[in-house]
Amino acid sequence: MAATTLERPLGRRTARRAGPSWQRGHGRIALLFLAPALIGFAAFYLVPTARGLWFSFTDYNLLSDPKVVGLGNYGEVLGDRVFWNALKVTGVYVVFNVATQTVLALGLAVLMERLTRSVMIRAMVLLPWLVPNVTIALLWMWLLDANVGFVNHVMEQIGLSKQGFLFSPDQSILTIASINTWRHVGYTALLLFAGMQLIPKHLYEAGRIDGAGEGRMFRQITLPLLRPVLALVLVVSLIGSFQIFDTVAVTTEGGPVNASRVIYYYIYEKAFTQFEFGYASAMSVFLIVFLVALTLLQMRLLRASTSDLA
Amino acid sequence: MRKNPARLLAWVGLLAALAITLFPFWWMLRTALTGNASLFNGSYSLLPEHPTPINFERVLGLASPEEARAAGGTAASMDFWLYLRNSVLFASAVVAGQVTFSAMAAYAFARLHFRGRDVLFYLFLSTMMIPPIFTILPNFVLIKSLGGVNTFWGLVAPYFFMTPFAVFFLRQFFLSVPGEIEEAAGLDGASRWRIFWQVVVPMNKGPLLTLAIITAVQTWNEFLWPLLIAKQEDVRVLTAAMAIFRQQTPNATPDWAGLMAGATLAVLPVLLLLVLFGRRLVDSIRFTGIK
Repeated sequence: MAATTLERPLGRRTARRAGPSWQRGHGRIALLFLAPALIGFAAFYLVPTARGLWFSFTDYNLLSDPKVVGLGNYGEVLGDRVFWNALKVTGVYVVFNVATQTVLALGLAVLMERLTRSVMIRAMVLLPWLVPNVTIALLWMWLLDANVGFVNHVMEQIGLSKQGFLFSPDQSILTIASINTWRHVGYTALLLFAGMQLIPKHLYEAGRIDGAGEGRMFRQITLPLLRPVLALVLVVSLIGSFQIFDTVAVTTEGGPVNASRVIYYYIYEKAFTQFEFGYASAMSVFLIVFLVALTLLQMRLLRASTSDLA
Repeated sequence: MRKNPARLLAWVGLLAALAITLFPFWWMLRTALTGNASLFNGSYSLLPEHPTPINFERVLGLASPEEARAAGGTAASMDFWLYLRNSVLFASAVVAGQVTFSAMAAYAFARLHFRGRDVLFYLFLSTMMIPPIFTILPNFVLIKSLGGVNTFWGLVAPYFFMTPFAVFFLRQFFLSVPGEIEEAAGLDGASRWRIFWQVVVPMNKGPLLTLAIITAVQTWNEFLWPLLIAKQEDVRVLTAAMAIFRQQTPNATPDWAGLMAGATLAVLPVLLLLVLFGRRLVDSIRFTGIK
């Protein structure tokens, strides 16, 4: 799970001062507080990470004992056409999904910010994000049905031809990306909306006195001052978007042919339908490399953009 | 204020966005209330033509096999009550464990002094960068070797003790509360354990509730792990059940009316959450970055 918060990162207020004697040296009581979390952390995060790395150097298949194959899996991954295709498909998905989602969310956030404080409206906007991916995927599968789907009905009404959407090789991945854009726009808009609350109101009043229109105020006040939040939201979206799985698993299962076989789904197939745990782990290591690169990018962007309001 | 026409146009835009957001849910309900047979008669009226509760009865196992088959479903009984119950149990157990244990750990990181504290905390944080699919493989092997496949504890275990995000989230709040009250309680001789439960927890009710809601929503939506671990009926959760339901449909065309009835049932708890905690949920979004 890629997680972060819009609050300022840690480290600022670490309690370092030496307090009264009852505050110092809590080794034993600290262990009591930490014990359950430590058990969970070791069992389900730390050891599995090491074990996953170990798998990636073996031919582990869940049935027989793992045999070490060195860098064999990595070499095979690099020569695997389906893997490269999966990366390409994932790339198309991520770019389309993040771009549309961010632009639409920005528009929606501005509208909400300018028009209303209504919690009702914000709650409605958030609804798709709260509903399980699986439900959303089925719902849109029905709406986009090639024969009797509502969307194709509308297409016909306005004089366009029926489309295959999820089951057309050319459209499937973009359709999946659009479904998830629909699901996440409200959520992303609320993140940006929260960021907009941090912009001092007097700037807009000053702008208005100077005779600036809404468009100019958006370009010259909102956008520059929102940049840190926007950068954070963008990279969080990128990392989340990379891990697209549920929608693909419920609707197309990677098809037609490989048209929507994204990297996460390919790893899942290798591991849980072909039981090639070693190979699947090696692919996951590549995925980690991409995600760490994105995270480093995030930190750079954040550092590069903290000064606007200071 | 800007000129009125512009403002009107903006409202039209916002209402259009709301319509696009909400319409699919209306269509879901409309389909759920329509008999399967009349889904294909070319009617796209916004209201169901002959509203019928048969689809809800089918997915809740209230209709007889004959009735179910007549309505276009399988004869196999769908027991959404069971899946609903399993999902509720899954989410409740995860919320209870994760919030409690993460709060305890967060308190230790925020207020206690012990060797290796910062190193350990950064180790916790660094695992946030690892995509779940990477640890799901070894976690599956672990749970399988412990005999946890198709058990409730196997389903809950990986989420039960902590997530790095939960610890990080609560630590931020514990740090921002002034330490004086705790110090006063400490000077009065209260133990750290009592201070935590009687001072820190009550003072941080808001963030704890927020975390509980975020965790509940996330667990409710969880798909891959339950799909792998909880395959049998008695532990199957709603998300996995819906995906399996879709694959099981007898004909080439899925049983859309039944599926939409199931989907409606899956949305109801979310609506309840929105009604109960709307403002808190909406305000808490800025603390998350979870997909």
